[in-house]
Amino acid sequence: MSEEFKLEVVNPEKSFLSKDDVTEVVVPAFEGEMGILKDHISIISFLKPGIIKIYSKLGEEKYYVEDGIIEFKNNNLSILTSTIFNIKDIEKNKIDEMLRVAEEETAKDNISDQAKYLIDQKIEVLRTIN
Amino acid sequence: MASLDDLKKRIASVKSTQKITKAMKMVAAAKLKRAQDSAEKGRPYSEKMNNIILNLSEGISDKENAPKLLSGTGKNQIHLCVVMTSDRGLCGGFNSNIIKKAKSYFSRLSSEGKELKIITVGSKGNDQLKRVFGDKIIENISFKNSKNANFFDAEKVSKIIIEKFQKEEFDICTIFFNQFKNVITQIPQAQQIIPLKTDIDDKEKLEDNYEFEPDEDEILTNLLPKNISTQIFKAMLENSASEQGARMSAMDNATRNAGEMVDKLTIEYNRSRQAAITKELIEIISGAESL
Repeated sequence: MSEEFKLEVVNPEKSFLSKDDVTEVVVPAFEGEMGILKDHISIISFLKPGIIKIYSKLGEEKYYVEDGIIEFKNNNLSILTSTIFNIKDIEKNKIDEMLRVAEEETAKDNISDQAKYLIDQKIEVLRTIN
Repeated sequence: MASLDDLKKRIASVKSTQKITKAMKMVAAAKLKRAQDSAEKGRPYSEKMNNIILNLSEGISDKENAPKLLSGTGKNQIHLCVVMTSDRGLCGGFNSNIIKKAKSYFSRLSSEGKELKIITVGSKGNDQLKRVFGDKIIENISFKNSKNANFFDAEKVSKIIIEKFQKEEFDICTIFFNQFKNVITQIPQAQQIIPLKTDIDDKEKLEDNYEFEPDEDEILTNLLPKNISTQIFKAMLENSASEQGARMSAMDNATRNAGEMVDKLTIEYNRSRQAAITKELIEIISGAESL
């Protein structure tokens, strides 16, 4: 029996990625990392900044996301996100730029606790891939 | 009758206008293709988003304390209208159609005694509305520098809207845009985004029981602002496809009209040239006869 399921990643501009031979996806859900295998229960959750790991026959792929929602239903995993990059393709100076912006943001004192938490997460993730 | 020289000049000027409109039509056609593509590509995102929100709002446990963006403020007094138009002209009735739709909505609101606030997106709408509703316009946003509709711009607009909503500056928010049907037809639309209206027909799709992590309320609170950006982005995509379509058919018409005009002027030119030749001939002949 195959252990594969379908994955679709869409961003507002286009369908970013579509695969039907995925065996496992690890997403940075809001309450911690979540691994999804075939026949997972239907679930809706949202993402915090982090790294999506996609395992398929071809091996492992890693994507950086900033936010998003995931929906898993009938062995279809949909990830909606506005910011996503393949970590392989992302350029170093772009990461630096994003880090700089995020650090500026977190230095402001008028942001809410939740926003601050998300930005801190973002900085941490950016540092690890940098 | 105008002199031969004048006619010649007029023909040349109409011809060069025709060249411009023809070029504009081609450019619009190319851009239309791209805009249509991106409108189509953007569809899955907004559809999925809609579906998830529908599922969530069905599953929400405490309807009383539902996020305000979903349930509204409970009042219906102050209306915010976001009128989305293009930044460039020469696109036929594209902008006027949106404005017309918006204006009729405005007058209905004022006859019901509601308060009106307007945000214009795109400079053309602002130009047309500021004459009559100048005092109602609270914000004017324009993306002249962005080449294509992008999500970043949409987020900017939605941020402004949500900020105003949180300050309780309005109760109901409606966006106006043109929906792209085909090159000749664009349908002006009014869509209410706050509070969110869910279509009853879609309810059949809901069969599954989802697990939510974290709970529904929290997801909804995070999701609803994003949904507004998505809706605005969708409107922007539809708008840009419509704009190019409208421009294409307008320029096509202009090119055809210019062609007709050139034909008419050419006939007139030939006639007056012939008349001049005939006149000269008569003069020569009558001169020869008198000898």
